[in-house]
Amino acid sequence: MKLFLSSCFSKPWVRALFALVLIFAVGCIFNADGAFGRWSTHRDMLRQVSVYGILACGMTLVIITGGIDLAVGSVLGFSAVLFAMLSIHLGLPLLAVLPIVLGAGVACGLVSGTLVTRWRFQPFVATLSMMVFARGLAKWLSGGQKISSAVQQPDGSYSYVDLPPIFDWLDARLLGGNISAVTLVFIGCLVITWFVLCKLRYGRYLYATGGNEAAARLSGVPTVGARLLAYGMGGFFSAVAGICQTVQERQGDPESGVSYELTAIAIAVIGGNSLTGGRGGIGLTLMGALTIGYLEKILSINAVPESGRLMLTGVIIIAAVLLQRRKEA
Amino acid sequence: MHEIEGFVEPAALAPSVKLTGIGKSFGAHRVLDDVSMDLFPGEVHVLAGENGAGKSTLIKILAGIHTDYDGMVMVGGKPTRFNNPHDASHSGISVIHQEMSLVESMSVAENIFLGHEPSRGPLLDRSQLTRRAFDLCAQLDLAFTAADLDRNVEEFSLAIKNRIEIAKALSLDARVIVMDEPTSALNSTEVERLFVLIESLRARGCAIVYISHKMEEIYRIADRITVLRDGRLVGTAPRAGCPQPVLLRWMIGRDLDGFAPPRAAPPESAVPALSVKDFTVPPSSPGRPPRVHKASFTVRAGEIVGLAGLQGSGASELLQGLFGAYGPVCEGTVSLAGNAACKPASPHDAIARGVALLTGDRKGTGLILDLSVQDNLTLAALPRLSDHGLVDKKRERNIAVKNVSDFGIRVHSIEQPVSALSGGNQQKVVLAKWMNTGPRVLLMEEPTRGIDIGAKHEIYEMINEWTARGVAILMLSTEMPEVLRLCDRILVMHRGEITAGFSRAEADPEKILAVAMGASTV
Repeated sequence: MKLFLSSCFSKPWVRALFALVLIFAVGCIFNADGAFGRWSTHRDMLRQVSVYGILACGMTLVIITGGIDLAVGSVLGFSAVLFAMLSIHLGLPLLAVLPIVLGAGVACGLVSGTLVTRWRFQPFVATLSMMVFARGLAKWLSGGQKISSAVQQPDGSYSYVDLPPIFDWLDARLLGGNISAVTLVFIGCLVITWFVLCKLRYGRYLYATGGNEAAARLSGVPTVGARLLAYGMGGFFSAVAGICQTVQERQGDPESGVSYELTAIAIAVIGGNSLTGGRGGIGLTLMGALTIGYLEKILSINAVPESGRLMLTGVIIIAAVLLQRRKEA
Repeated sequence: MHEIEGFVEPAALAPSVKLTGIGKSFGAHRVLDDVSMDLFPGEVHVLAGENGAGKSTLIKILAGIHTDYDGMVMVGGKPTRFNNPHDASHSGISVIHQEMSLVESMSVAENIFLGHEPSRGPLLDRSQLTRRAFDLCAQLDLAFTAADLDRNVEEFSLAIKNRIEIAKALSLDARVIVMDEPTSALNSTEVERLFVLIESLRARGCAIVYISHKMEEIYRIADRITVLRDGRLVGTAPRAGCPQPVLLRWMIGRDLDGFAPPRAAPPESAVPALSVKDFTVPPSSPGRPPRVHKASFTVRAGEIVGLAGLQGSGASELLQGLFGAYGPVCEGTVSLAGNAACKPASPHDAIARGVALLTGDRKGTGLILDLSVQDNLTLAALPRLSDHGLVDKKRERNIAVKNVSDFGIRVHSIEQPVSALSGGNQQKVVLAKWMNTGPRVLLMEEPTRGIDIGAKHEIYEMINEWTARGVAILMLSTEMPEVLRLCDRILVMHRGEITAGFSRAEADPEKILAVAMGASTV
């Protein structure tokens, strides 16, 4: 029995699930007079964690290649501003806006990826510069203003335009009000990531590149392509997250997404993805996202102040990493 | 257990270290059982056994890495239990691992005294550090200047690093030094120097535990030989009491006839599979001589051509260059199967053209240790196993299962991480990975490095099968007997050039070594 348990615990997903169940149990105990028993609590948790989770999908791909992407939060902010300007102020049709915004996100990711592959920058440094640059881009593009339905006229007065319909679609609750549209977007991103990692040849190449780049290259693996794919997808998901964020805030805020990259990394790490690369999976990231989501939710329904929440989140990350380390003993 | 009659233990001396009834399990798997061994001052004690026999586990217990074991370790007559490697090294036991345990980015002197730096209070005593490091290096025939001692370890060759490790052991006043295959990455001159050093360590009264798979070495330096098989002690005997056939029988539990199974050379008329003309690999940094200079030769289908050369001869670089590992920078013409010149521009390109390269560094460049056995087996062949970028999981699995049985790879499951396999099994995984790409030209570096005799034999048999199917093999090996028995022709390289060629009949070790060392005529 002991042996069976220890062999189970050597699997990362079992440990991630264990952490999630633990948090869930805590929620059941500190249920804030039954609030934890209501579906609306879970629905809201899922909505609140969705944007972070979407970022974490891209982060998972990058982490598996042995890299890190610090730029996702800034690219989110840039995409948010770009999306708001194109769709609200310029009133372009959705079919034109989406490719432009998503393409811009991918381009940001590819720049980071090119710095890492062609110029041999360390991923931390490459994406740190992209993080600073993209934030600057967002502020320059927006002139430092939040882009909302209030449009400034040449004479300084404001006129109001209608928000395009996508703002209502994506901010809606579906299936009888039981799930938020952004949560469905998050699930879509999880499925895309799963498909890339588990079904595509390039998915295997991501693991191989992160596990041992020299061996991968000598096995004919296009390691440059694999890395570019990871950072490119990271940019893509950042843009998706930027659109979702804009829709929820009903405006494009150049300051949005600040420090989101850290939450995305925390989600991946709590799930058990190895920062040294070569190991991990999207299932782990999903469990990491739910763990973080429930943690935040349980603390907020119990009215724990933000200071306490932050400190507890830090402790949980340490606990999660310690839990993962048990296997090497 | 075998007891050799008439052997008198050096009874006048007390053993430096005495192991009694050592056992160790990983989960339900018993990897060591009731192993006893004495190490006397001034003896070279060879520890032999196939991979997976338990040698490494025993060494790790001695080194304080595994602290959870049965039995007793006595050091200098006192029962001792190490809680960590630090305890072991401070009790006078130093282990020089196959994978060097030096900190590459620190200086030679700092490495030697890492963990026990001479200090004055909390301050590092730099002058004493340098002086003592200098003395130790001088004793080991390492002609270092004070400036050399300040250089980082990464700037030195493997042979020198090996000596630095020994200096580190001596700085701890080691009474037992364990060397785990110390010669696997050394050339023959460096090996000679190591043996001289071992002799001097023996004279100082150190007990040396020497792990090796090389017969020549074992019989050159062993005072006593202990053999493990499947985690159990088979026997301990003085060198004279354990001649080669006995040793082999102890190790594998059966008689092995011959070295490499015989095979017929391909007919002269066989088509050339690989023709290389004036192949040049440019230098790694400008101003240095090219790594390979105008190499020209042909390998026919079904033929095995050996590359012999000392370290730095350019043989390894020639293989890497032919495989496209340096990118499209190489000059000269390469043609495969008589087709017009087509020089591989990248490994990806080479594989697509039917060329495979088994690298000499299994863990560094051969395998992806984090991935499963199956993922490693199919990695290089994924383009053939996928359709529109989607991997055909069923075919992939079938191939991996077939590989495991065809190559005799011992695994619990193909989902198991490849890092859990023994060296011989890992090597079979790499070989199978390359055969899955359907190569017509197989380039190999050290195909049997660091693996046991049983697995070696199996690999030789597989090589024979492949050549019978018309695969052309160009291989580099520093094990002379392997080159001599396996290859139809031998090309000798020296300083980036092919300086001589021998047929199997003409070749003999002395001639090859002379040419490899730069003698102009033979």
